[in-house]
Amino acid sequence: MIFLDHLINGLSLGSIYAIIALGYTMVYGIAKMLNFAHGDVIMVGAYIAFCGLQYWGVPPVLAILLAMVVCTMLGITIEGLAYRPLRQATSLAVLITAIGMSYLLQNIALMIWGANPKSFPTTFINSASLHLGKLSISSATLITIGVSVVIMVALTLFTARTKLGKAMRCVSEDRGAAELMGINVNRTISVTFAIGSALAAIAGVLLCSSYPILQPTTGSMPGIKAFTAAVFGGIGSIPGAMLGGVLLGVIEIFGKAYISTELGDAIVFAVLIIVLLFKPAGLLGKPMREKV
Amino acid sequence: MTKAKRKRLIYNLITFGLVVAAFFILQNMIAAKTISRSLKGQLVPICAWIVMAVSLNLVIGFSGELSLGHAGFMSVGAYTGAIVSGWLLEAFNMEDPVIRLALAILCAGIIAGIVGALIGIPVLRLRGDYLAIVTLAFGEIIRNLVNVLYVGVLDGKLHFSFLNKDLPEGVTMLVDGAKGAVKIKPISTFTAGFILVMITLVVVLNLVNSRTGRAIQATRDNRIAAESMGVSVTKYKMTAFVTAAVLAGMAGALYGLNSSTVVPTQFTFNQSINVLVFVVLGGLGNVLGSVISATFLTVLPEVLREFADYRMLVYAVVLILVMIFTNNPTTRAIANRLFAPVKALFRRKKPAQPEIGGGDAQ
Amino acid sequence: MTDMKKKHRSDTRMVPVPSHSIVPERDVNEIPVLETRHLGIEFGGLKAVDDFNLTIGKTEIAGLIGPNGAGKTTVFNLLTKVYEPTSGAVLINGQDLHGMSIVQASRLGIARTFQNIRLFDKMTVEENVRIGLHNQIKYDMFTGILRLPYYWKQEKRQHEQAMDLLGIFGMQDLADEVAGSLPYGAQRRLEIVRALATDPKLLLLDEPAAGMNPHETEELMENIAKIRDQFRIAILLIEHDMSLVMGVCEGICVLNFGRVIAKGTADEIQANPDVIEAYLGKKKEG
Repeated sequence: MIFLDHLINGLSLGSIYAIIALGYTMVYGIAKMLNFAHGDVIMVGAYIAFCGLQYWGVPPVLAILLAMVVCTMLGITIEGLAYRPLRQATSLAVLITAIGMSYLLQNIALMIWGANPKSFPTTFINSASLHLGKLSISSATLITIGVSVVIMVALTLFTARTKLGKAMRCVSEDRGAAELMGINVNRTISVTFAIGSALAAIAGVLLCSSYPILQPTTGSMPGIKAFTAAVFGGIGSIPGAMLGGVLLGVIEIFGKAYISTELGDAIVFAVLIIVLLFKPAGLLGKPMREKV
Repeated sequence: MTKAKRKRLIYNLITFGLVVAAFFILQNMIAAKTISRSLKGQLVPICAWIVMAVSLNLVIGFSGELSLGHAGFMSVGAYTGAIVSGWLLEAFNMEDPVIRLALAILCAGIIAGIVGALIGIPVLRLRGDYLAIVTLAFGEIIRNLVNVLYVGVLDGKLHFSFLNKDLPEGVTMLVDGAKGAVKIKPISTFTAGFILVMITLVVVLNLVNSRTGRAIQATRDNRIAAESMGVSVTKYKMTAFVTAAVLAGMAGALYGLNSSTVVPTQFTFNQSINVLVFVVLGGLGNVLGSVISATFLTVLPEVLREFADYRMLVYAVVLILVMIFTNNPTTRAIANRLFAPVKALFRRKKPAQPEIGGGDAQ
Repeated sequence: MTDMKKKHRSDTRMVPVPSHSIVPERDVNEIPVLETRHLGIEFGGLKAVDDFNLTIGKTEIAGLIGPNGAGKTTVFNLLTKVYEPTSGAVLINGQDLHGMSIVQASRLGIARTFQNIRLFDKMTVEENVRIGLHNQIKYDMFTGILRLPYYWKQEKRQHEQAMDLLGIFGMQDLADEVAGSLPYGAQRRLEIVRALATDPKLLLLDEPAAGMNPHETEELMENIAKIRDQFRIAILLIEHDMSLVMGVCEGICVLNFGRVIAKGTADEIQANPDVIEAYLGKKKEG
C-alpha cells in the first residue's frame, strides 16, 4: 500500500511538473528560447491566489482565475518588453535577459510580500479524502491529477485541431515560412506565452496546495526541475514535456522514499543524465541530423 | 611581427598590466589604511570570481559549450581546500599558513580536475541545450552530495562518512554535513588571490594562443570541419572543460579558506548563473572583459547597499536593460552611429587594394 | 583553353586495371590511393548510395558527376567516415577504413572541402590553415602554456608553412583577415588551402567552382593541375561545371540515384547514352 501511496504522490507532483514543463517546452519550441522567468511566474500566480483567498476573501475559483489573468498579462508583458527586442540576438543573450527577468520578479515579490514564508490556505482544496481500502488519497492530490489530465488533453487537441494551435506549430517549425504564409508571428508567440503563463498560475496554486510554503523563491526549484523534465522528454515536444514531468515527479518521490530524502534531487538529476546518455535528444525528442 | 600578433600582444599586456596595477594600488591603500573595510573584505572574493569567470569563459567563449554547473567545481575545490588545510593542521601541526594555503589550493585544483574529467565523459557526448542541462544536473548533484558529507580527523587519519554521521569518537570535525566545512582557520590572502589570478591569466591566455587553443576554438566554430582536419572534438572540448574545472577548484579553495565556514548553500545554481552573467557581459572569448565584469559585478551589489532593499532589483533592471541595448539591432545601430567618430580615431586607413586572383562572382 | 585540354589528354593515357576501373598509365604499378568495393549506405530503407565501386590512381585527377541528389556528397561523406557505410568497404592506399573515426581517416591522408563552406569563421585565415597543420607540426599543451623554446620553434614553422600554402592562391595578404568576412571565392580557396595543409594523399573537392565566373573557373583548373603536379597527390572532385570536369579530369565517374551509371574518360562519358539520359531525360520515341 505504501508503494501505491508513493506512486499517487509521485503522479501528483509529476503532474505539476508536467504543467510547468509544458510552458517551458511550448515557449522553447516557438521562440527557441529558455524562459528562465517561467518558474517565477508560478510564484507570482501562487501569491495572487494567496492574496485572493487570504486577504480579499475571494471564493477559490475566482482567486485562481484572478491568478491566471494576472499571470497571463504578466507573461505577455515580459515577452513584449524583454524578449521581443531580442528576437535576432543569440540564444545566450536571451537566456541572460530571462535570468535578469527572473531576478526581477523574485525581488518585486520580495518587496511586495516580504521574505517571510506565507502559509498557503489549503482548506478549500483539501477538504476531503478518497478512501480506497487502506489507501487514502487527499482531494488536493485528486484535483491536481485531474486538472493536469484535463490540461494535457486540452492542449493536445488545441495544437492539433485549432487554427491558432496549428499556427503555433508552424511558427515552431519555420518562422520565416510561417510569416510568408500570412501567420501573425508576433501574435502567435504572445499567445504561446499567454497560455504558458496561465498554466503557470494553475501550477502555482496546485503546488502550494500540496506544499503550502510560499516565498519569493518558491518557484525557482520547481522551475529548474520542470525545465529538466522538458529536456528529459525532448525539448520542444508537448507529449515529451508531459511524459518528462510525470516521470520526474514519480522518480523524485520514489527516490526520496526508498533511497534517501536528502539525496532526492541528486537521484532525479542522476536519472536524467543516464537517460540522456542513451537517448541524447530526450525520451521523445528527435535527434537533429546535421547536413554535411 | 604580423598585425594580428601585435594586436594580441597589446591585449595581453593590457590585461596583465591592469591586474598588476590594481594589485599595487590596492596594496598601497591597505598599507596606508585608506581602503574601506567593505572593499578590503571583498578583495579575496573578487580574485576568486575573476578566476571563475575566466575559466568559465574558456568553456563557453572558446570551446563554445554552455556550462551551467561551474559553481559545482568551486564547491569541490572549497571543500577539498578546507579538508586539506584542516588535516595538515591537525595531523601534521603544519602551522605555516602560506604552505597550507598553497597545498590546499593545489589539491583543490587536482581533485576538481578529476571530477571535471569524470563529469566530462558523459557531458561532452551531448550537444547544445542537452549538454547545458547535464552540467546543471551535475552541479545540483554535487550540491546534494556535499550536503551529506561528513569528514573528520583522528590521530592523523582522515575519516569520511556519507549520509550518516558515522565517525569514530573524539574526531575533530572538518566537514559536518549540512553545516558545511567548520572551524576553518582563514588563511587566504589578497596576495595569494593575486597570484592565482595571474596564474589563471597565464594559463588561459597562453593556452588560447597555442596549437591546443586553436584546436579548441575550431571545435567551437565547426565540429565536422575540425574532425575532418584531424582535430578530435571530444579530446579538445574535454581539455577546455577540465582546465576550467581545475581553475574553478583552485578559486573555490581560495574562496573557502577566506572565512571560517563554508556552507553548501554558497555554491548553488544561482552562483553558476552569476558567473555566467559575468562571462556574457564581459564578452564571450574576451578574457580582459571577464576580469572587468567579474570585478565590477562583485563590487556593485556592495556599492548598491545604499539602496538596501532595492539593490537586487536595481541589479536585475540594469542587467535586463544592458542585454537589450547591446543585443537589439536598432539600439546597436544607434550606438554605432554615436560611437562612430571615436572608432574612426582608432582605425588606421588601409589603401584600397586590387582584388587578388580576379574578382569574385556575386 | 583547348591547348590545355590537349596537354592533359596526351599526358594521361587511361589504362584499364583488373578491378574494371581505369587509372592513369603512370599510376598502374602503384597502390591506388582510393579503392571502394560495393560501397553503400542505407537510410531507413532508402539506399542513398549503392554498390559504389571506384579506383583512383595515385596521382589521378578524377571527377564525380551526376544530377542533383545523385548521392555525390554522400559518397564524400562515406569516404571521409562522416557516415559509416552500411555495406562495402573503403580502402585508402590499401588500408581498410572499416570502424575508423573521421579523425583516424584524416590521419590516413584523406582531406576534403565542403559543399556548404565550413570554415572556422571566427578565426583568421592563417589560423584556419594552421588547423590543417595541427597534426603535421605539433607540440603539447604544457609546452604551449609554459612557452618553452619548442613552442616558439614550432609556431614559426607553422607560420612559414601556412604562408607557403596560402601562396598557392596568392592569399598571403589576407592572413590576418577573419575567415568569415572573406568574399565567397576567397573562402572556397581558403578551404582548399586548409585541406592541403593536412598533407593528404587524396584531396576531395566538393563543388570547388560553385559561384565562380568562367575566368575564375579557368584559374581554378590551372591551380588544380598545379596542386597535383606540385604535391603529387590524387584529387577527386564533385562538380557541375562541365568545362572544368572535362577540362581537368582524367577519369570520370557518373552517379545517378546513388548508383554508378558510367565510368570513363571525358570523351567516353560525353558520348554515353545513359549519361545523356540522366541529365537530359529520355529521348522521345518516334
